[in-house]
Amino acid sequence: MHPGQSLARMRSSLCALWLLLLPLLVVAQQRVLPLDQLRSGLHFAGSDVRALQADEFGNPGQLALQRGEQRWSEAVGPASKSCFQCHGGVAQSMRGVAARYPAVDARSGRLLNLEDRIAQCRQVHQQGPALVLESEDLLALSLYVTRASAGLPLRVEVSGPARAHLLEGERLFMQRRGQLNLACTHCHDQNQGRRFYTDALSQGQPNAYPLYRLEWQKLGSLERRLRSCLVGVRAELPDWGALEMRQLALYLGWRGAGLPVEAPAVRR
Amino acid sequence: MTQARLLLPQRVAPGEVVKARLLVAHPMETGYLQDLAGKTIPRNIIRELSCEYGGRQVFRVEPSSGIAGNPLFEFCFRAQFSGELLVRWVDDEGRVGQLRQSLRVQPAA
Amino acid sequence: MFSGTLLSLSQMLDPLVRGRPLSESGLRLELPVLADNGLLVPVRVVVDSPMTESDHVTHLYLLSQRNPVTQMAVFHLGPWSGRAEVATRLRLAGSQKVVALARMSDDTYRWRQAEVIVTESACVDGS
Repeated sequence: MHPGQSLARMRSSLCALWLLLLPLLVVAQQRVLPLDQLRSGLHFAGSDVRALQADEFGNPGQLALQRGEQRWSEAVGPASKSCFQCHGGVAQSMRGVAARYPAVDARSGRLLNLEDRIAQCRQVHQQGPALVLESEDLLALSLYVTRASAGLPLRVEVSGPARAHLLEGERLFMQRRGQLNLACTHCHDQNQGRRFYTDALSQGQPNAYPLYRLEWQKLGSLERRLRSCLVGVRAELPDWGALEMRQLALYLGWRGAGLPVEAPAVRR
Repeated sequence: MTQARLLLPQRVAPGEVVKARLLVAHPMETGYLQDLAGKTIPRNIIRELSCEYGGRQVFRVEPSSGIAGNPLFEFCFRAQFSGELLVRWVDDEGRVGQLRQSLRVQPAA
Repeated sequence: MFSGTLLSLSQMLDPLVRGRPLSESGLRLELPVLADNGLLVPVRVVVDSPMTESDHVTHLYLLSQRNPVTQMAVFHLGPWSGRAEVATRLRLAGSQKVVALARMSDDTYRWRQAEVIVTESACVDGS
């Protein structure tokens, strides 16, 4: 790749350019986990969790899904608008949507996850009561929308304005943090499949969120799960809605691209 | 409005034993946990849940904090006639929830 | 994690059985050997009974050896039940024995125990 026999000065500046471009090339070309080795968290889950997720009726996430369905048809705001009025049936209108979040929002230019996007819609288009992050209603709507992508492969956009966020997300994934001084990569790339005490370490895939976590006894978002990981390594928590959590989620989406969306999912 | 769902077979023959599955959205707060501010979350458990069929009780359970949040209950009852099932529950806060669903009983063709 | 003291089987059963005839047959208790999470442990109990007017299960108790509250649930059944089978999801505060106890219409009792291993989560989840 180097034009071999140039002047020393030209060569060193080319080297500098090469080093500058290297991070971009690493992200663009090197998947840490090859496509055929991607595994959903379900693969690492115990038999009870798998049975709960497979239980069409008794899956505890079904209650939130029911709630989401009701919220979708609920008229709110001064103009009494429901999601249904603009979007129609969720299965058609929202098909594939959850699979491409987080995404850079055209309107605001910000990187938004699915919950942010729904909350924005509520605020801007319905002008209804705010949907607070991690509230039951917002999570229920997020699950309901995500269900329309069930079985479809994760496919986040990483070019254009998303590129910088992706690189930052990757940096965050590789960064040591907390009193335990661990980076995400240490557990979820290097030690996935191994046991951490009695828990099996998963790959840390984002394809099944929002999900019913037995530990929470309720539905929770990817952001909540990332925060609980931060608590696990005894790191300081950013505020809810922090950009870094979304950048990390974007990187996870790229890293797990191709994995089918699961909804409603259950984990321990 | 509390979410709940009841699974009953589509069609049942008279005299057949029906297995019902019931899932109720309820935190089943044990009263042992603290929130992130260190304040104890008060106990709130479904203290009684019953199911009536044709105006007669066919199931009753008294759970405690030892039953998981968003509880599931499976129970059986003998179905003789088409009618309505009425599931009712009350929790420690005195909140009452209910769910109605019809059951279709007809002889096999 | 609240660990509590482990009750003996006698401590769990005697207050309910009160010296009435007690046997270990005719009752099936299904529980996982290792719980994925103590906060949700699926359980199923089946009692071998014709569930007739003269011979049926009246009460089904689920008892915990270690939980702060010993009686996790009591189910009220009768001849209208048709079949003495119930299922639910338990919360178990640590590894322990779980006991299912059935009271029959003739005031005799049947019971069964199962040992469940419940592990702590590797990561503390303070989210």
